[in-house]
Parts: sequence; C-alpha cells; structure tokens
Amino acid sequence: MGIVKGAAFTYLATLTNCTNGNQILNNSKKNNSSQPFPADPSRRTLLKGAGLAGAVAVSASSAGVVVATENQARGNRFTSALEALETLTAAEAEVLEAICDCLIPSDESGPGAKEARAAHYIDRSLASHNRDSRAHYLQSLIAINEQSQKRYGANFEHVARDRQITLIQALQNDQIPGCSPSSRGFFALVRDHTIDGTFCDPYYGGNRDFVGWDMLQYPGVRLSASETDVRQGSALSPNHQSAYDHATYTKMATNTVKGRRGNQNA
Amino acid sequence: MPRSLPKTDVVIVGMGAAGGVAALPLTNAGLKVVGLEAGGWLNPRDFAPDELRNNTRNWPQTIQKAASEAPTVRANPSETAVQGGHPMMNAVGGTSMHYWAQSWRLNPWDFKVVSSTLARYGRGRIPEDSTVDDWPISYEDLEPFYDKVEYAVGVSGRAGNVQGVMNSAGNIFEGQRRREYPMQPLRSSPFTDLMSSAAAKMEWHPFQGPAAITTEVYDGRPPCQYHGFCNKGGCHVQAKSSTAFSTIPKAIDTGNLDLVTFARVTEIRTDVSGKVTGVEYVKGNEVFFQPAHVVLIASYAYENVRLLLLSKSSAFPNGLANNSDQVGKHYMSHHQGSPVAALFPEDLRNWYGLPAQGVAIDDWADDNFDHSELDFIGGANLWVHTDRKPIGAAKMNTFGEAPSWGKDWKAFIARNADRSNTSYIQKTTLPYSNNYLDLDPSVKDSIGLPVTRITARYRENELRIAAFAQDKMEEWYRAAGATHVLRFGLGNAMGASTHAYGGTRMGDNPDTNVADRWGFCHEAPNLGILGASLMGTSGSRNPTLTVQALAWRTVEHLASNWSSRAV
Repeated sequence: MGIVKGAAFTYLATLTNCTNGNQILNNSKKNNSSQPFPADPSRRTLLKGAGLAGAVAVSASSAGVVVATENQARGNRFTSALEALETLTAAEAEVLEAICDCLIPSDESGPGAKEARAAHYIDRSLASHNRDSRAHYLQSLIAINEQSQKRYGANFEHVARDRQITLIQALQNDQIPGCSPSSRGFFALVRDHTIDGTFCDPYYGGNRDFVGWDMLQYPGVRLSASETDVRQGSALSPNHQSAYDHATYTKMATNTVKGRRGNQNA
Repeated sequence: MPRSLPKTDVVIVGMGAAGGVAALPLTNAGLKVVGLEAGGWLNPRDFAPDELRNNTRNWPQTIQKAASEAPTVRANPSETAVQGGHPMMNAVGGTSMHYWAQSWRLNPWDFKVVSSTLARYGRGRIPEDSTVDDWPISYEDLEPFYDKVEYAVGVSGRAGNVQGVMNSAGNIFEGQRRREYPMQPLRSSPFTDLMSSAAAKMEWHPFQGPAAITTEVYDGRPPCQYHGFCNKGGCHVQAKSSTAFSTIPKAIDTGNLDLVTFARVTEIRTDVSGKVTGVEYVKGNEVFFQPAHVVLIASYAYENVRLLLLSKSSAFPNGLANNSDQVGKHYMSHHQGSPVAALFPEDLRNWYGLPAQGVAIDDWADDNFDHSELDFIGGANLWVHTDRKPIGAAKMNTFGEAPSWGKDWKAFIARNADRSNTSYIQKTTLPYSNNYLDLDPSVKDSIGLPVTRITARYRENELRIAAFAQDKMEEWYRAAGATHVLRFGLGNAMGASTHAYGGTRMGDNPDTNVADRWGFCHEAPNLGILGASLMGTSGSRNPTLTVQALAWRTVEHLASNWSSRAV
C-alpha cells in the first residue's frame, strides 16, 4: 500500500509545519480587522486537529490582496510563498475555501481540498479557463453568505461545521436564493471545480504536494508504465511528479502566474 | 477578389484521418496534391500527460476553429436546435491525433444489411421509416484496402480469420482477411484478463481489439508506453499511428504534396456546366482560390455536408451535388450511449492503460446471433478497457453507496477510485427518413457562416438493441465479480458524435445517394468525398479504419482513371 504510506508522509509534513503556519495565520489576521477571527470552537478544533496551517490566512499588502501560504514543498519546507489572488477578494476566497473544505474535508483519514489548495486553483482558473464562471462565483458566494447571516448571524466561513454542512445541503437542494446560475447549478459548478483543483496536475495550483493523488492512491504521472508497474496497482510507489516536471512538454502559454516552481503558465 | 493560385491536380480539403491517408497513394502515383488543413502541426511535445487540460477541459477540441462550428442539435423537426459539444479537431492528422485509435474492419453483414435481413428474417424486420440500403460494395471489395491501410499506418491486433483459417484469439466473426495484422495486439492487463476469463466461462468469444497503435518498433516509431494519457492526449512517442506521423510525412517526401496549414475552406466553386473548378479558402487575412482538376472533401460528416450546402451556384442552387435533395440525408451517429457501469470489490489496476487496450465481445453484434425471436436487427459490440486518471476517478458514480460530497464521499472515492469500470457499447444505428443534417437558420460560426444543424433521434430498433446489450453487459460484469452494476438511459436525441455517418451516402442510385460507388458525386463527377459521410450503415464498431480504407479505394480509383475523372 505504497500510496497510503505516501499520503501519510505528506500528512505528517503538514502537521510538522503547523507551528510555522499558525504564526503566519495569526500575523495576517491582525492586519485584517474587517474579518475578525471567530470564536468558533469547531473551527479551531479542526485547525488544530488537521494541522490546517496554510491556505487560510489573509492579509492586505500594497501589491494587492494576497493569501499567505505555507510552502510545504519538499526541500523547501520552511520558506513561505505569497501568492496573489487573481480573481477573488480575500473575503470571497475565505468563503470559497470553507466551501471546498466542506466538500472534500480534511479529516482523520488525511488531507482534503484545503491542503490541496483547491480554492487557490479555482481563483486562478477564474482568471483563465473558467472565466465564464466568474460571475457565478461572485454572485453565489454573496448569496451563500447572506443565507448564512440570515440563519446563523455570521458569514459562512465563521459558522460551525455542522451549520456549514446544512448550508451546503441547502445549496445542493436548490434552496439558497440568489445563486447563479441557480442554487443547484452553483453547487454542481463548485463541486466540479473543487474536484478539479484537488486532483489536477499541481501545475494548475491545486493538488498541492500531490495530496489529491495520494488520497486516491494514484501512483502518478509516468511517461512509461511497464507490465510490472501496472501489476503492482496501488502498491506502486507514487512518483509525485507534475507532467511539466518533464521538460519535454510544451506548456500552454495563456496565463502566467507564480507557482512554487517559479514562473509557470496555466 | 481572392488571389488565384496555380492549378493543381488534386486539392484535398482536410488533412486528417481520411485526407491524410488519401494523400499517399495520390502522390505516389505522381499526382500533384494540395492539402488544405484548417489547423496546424502538432508534435509530441504538445501531448503532455495532463488530464485537466486534455480531458476535463477538452483541449484538443476547444482551441480549434472547429469550436465555433459545433453543430446544433435537436431530436425532432418541431424543436429549436441548440449548440452543444463537438468531436472535431483541426490539426494535421485531425482526430487521428487524439482518438482512441481502435481500428476495426466492419463485419460483412454491415455492407448488406437489407439483403441479409430479407434473406434470413423477411422484409417485416426492417423498420418502416428506415432508409437503410445495401452498400454498393461488399466487404470483399473493401478488404484489399483495409489491408493496405493496416500496413501503411500501422495497426496492431490479432486476426480471427485469415483466408478461412480461424483463430479464437482474434474475432471469429470477422470477415476473411488476406493476412495477419502487421503487429501483435496491445498487451493484456489484470483487468482485461479478469474480463476475458469471465467471458470465456460463459462460452462467449473474448478477444483483444485492433488498434492503430504500435506494439513494436514500426516504421521507425517506438511501441506504446501505456502511460495512460492516450485518450484526447495524443501520443508523446508517436506510437499512435496518426496520419500526421505515418502517411502524411511519406506523402510529403514524394515532393508531390503541398500541405497548407491554417487554411479554412469556405466554398467549392463550380462552373456553369456544374463541373467543380476549385476551392476558396481563407488563410490569415487573405482569401485564396485554389483551382484543381479534382476536389476531394475529407472532413467530418458535419463539415462535408456543410461545405456542400454552403457552395451554392447557378448549377446547384440548393448546394453542391444537392439537386436531388440528398445532401444531409441518411444521417446517423453511432449509438455509443446507454453505458453500463460496474463496481468491483477489489482494485482493477487500471491507472495505466488506454481505451484501445481492452477486451471485445462480438457475439452480440451485427447478425452474429439469431434474431428470430427478437424484435430488432443489428446488435452491439461490447468493449471494456483500461483507462483511468485521477479527476475522472474522483468524479466516479458512487453506486448509491455514498453521498456526492463530504466525509463519507471522500472515504468512498479513496477506497473505490480504482474499482469501477464503465463499458463502451457500440450499437448498430440505422438511417431514418426524418434524421438529417442541414444548415442552422440562425447559429453562425466565427466568420458568419451557418453551422450544421442535426435533427435526429434514436428509434425503436436502436433502443431495443441498447436494452438487449445492457442485459449482456450486466451479465458479463456479474460473471467477473462486480458487486454493483448501473445502467444508464437508452438514448433519445442523436447528438454530435465522434462517430457521425451519412449525409453524402454512397450508392448506385443517384436519386437516393450523393456519391457513386467510388465516392465521387453523381452530380459532380470531379468532386470526390472522403469520410464517414459516405457510409450507409454504422456498423457496431469504430469507423476510422473503414473511412481510411474507403479513402484509399477512392483515390486509387482516381489515379487509375485519371483521364476520365479529371476536368
């Protein structure tokens, strides 16, 4: 069960980096007075339990709103990278992050959409391939927050997990007014994109540290798979490579962003 | 005024699976050929193993000009057609760059559906509103050309019938062939072995299907590496025998092929007598006229039909070669829908593989079984294959065992990502009087020309085959140990498909067919048609090899009858 081992290893790395990440989180929260950190025990427990250090901290800078993330790349574990949001505001990104986390939660079995940084993937994709969905996101994230305010008196990302789940169920059942293209339609869209962002090639800004591929015990992109490789099935060691780690391949030059391997195209 | 270019012997519109094959015999015969291709050259560097780009985002098709030419679709003439997806590709090699590369010959029955059905079951068995007819040629007529294409492009497989000598490792229902495939079939896998042995236990006849994919060094190209990104991805080592890597380079080497890329053909011109004089195309900001003795159109069925309907003249006021109102008629898309999916209790080890690496069952296809007690004609080829990638796996059906998101869903996909399989069941489709292609009255492409409109739906015969095939497929999955089996809808509207047939049907009667038995238009003898738009029946297997064999036959006929065909 090589992949399970791989997932566990990555998960361990996440936990190890927890302290460093929390510092980033706390510092940045100080700078973001409009979004006070909620006294929400379930969220705190989740953060503590799952070691969700990166990807949630928000701060403002002169260069624009940035999401501070912990860089968990192997060989680069203690440096942090700042990656600009391309489409969403910091507030919108927080709501989206929480939705992604409900859809593919981080739990005792291992990391989920949050560690994969699916929301970061979605933000980037809304500036490129998924630009037609941008208006759906902007409108629906507001609608979801309004519903959360109405029912629970707080923004979606600040209410307890069971309430978030109730709201996502309402979204799926077409019960949240004001969504675009519809409540159910937005559910399908964000679910689809969250899966894309969790299981895509890391080149696109999601599936960070291959947590999505490890979750499925996918042994990774190989340019050649021998009969022996295939017969090993999921016991084959994951190679944790992006397609574009192979210099062979032409990248699609539609959009340039800073990824953890420097400038990359998406 | 378009810039007029020097006259050439032959102009081919579309350098894909059909045009790319046709160029070789023509140029070998010493004819000067201009090949016009709407796309450009792609090379192995473009084929990254990137599921998000290739599959989720449908890269091969979305970056092309064809995206603006997607046909509109409606089930019935009373509805307004809506634009949807499309299977077309603009590139040198066309769809042979990213297709599954399954390279089947049709079975002999497919050429003679009407006469065979009359002889075995009587006239009452042919659906009343079907316009199906026998092909003007038989399997035996096409066999030499199947053989030529299999060797020219490089097809791997196992013959089931070489000159009457049967081999149960191949398809025992196939027509007689002159020799074995040039290469051994793709290797089996744990999953295909599982399915093969389950089929054999039921006394069915499993075999590995033929593929235009190398399994050894062939013609200087390396063998398949089974990396799992074949579908829509193109081949990073040129193991997929696309015409861009097989026949087209050889045609260029003759010095007789001038291949013009990014050339978008907008009209075929005719003179007052109705003879075709050449084609007009747009390249960059310029319009050109390419005069030719013979014009061959070689695009998808949708685009072949569209180009004819757009090419109006005094001799052809309703579109070229359409004075008998047959252009667009007898349209069929292959009924590939109504799949069956299964969940197994253990990993299938399908992470690396390809759609052409699979097991076929032909026992329930065509007329390979007795239909006396059944209420349909034709049948289905059952196909299971290896091909799994992570996004697709995560979007798997949960078989009623888990919700579609959250903790329980996550646990389900983590456990079952490599345990599901969806079959690929290709079924006979017949042509019907109210299933047709024409020009959409309102939807236009990016340069303002109307797109093709599909008006078609599957009828009783197709739906009955689908239900029958689902029974057989479920039986097969259960025999292999599947714990859950799901069936999907039997089909309704006949949408844009990778397997599109008819619209310029081939036949001896000019009142009911656009093309003659050689693929040239009855009404315009120096206009030839290459592609599945010639085919009068669908068969129950992938069309490309048949399209290529027909193309080879058409141009070989042209080269040997040049003085009577050329104008």
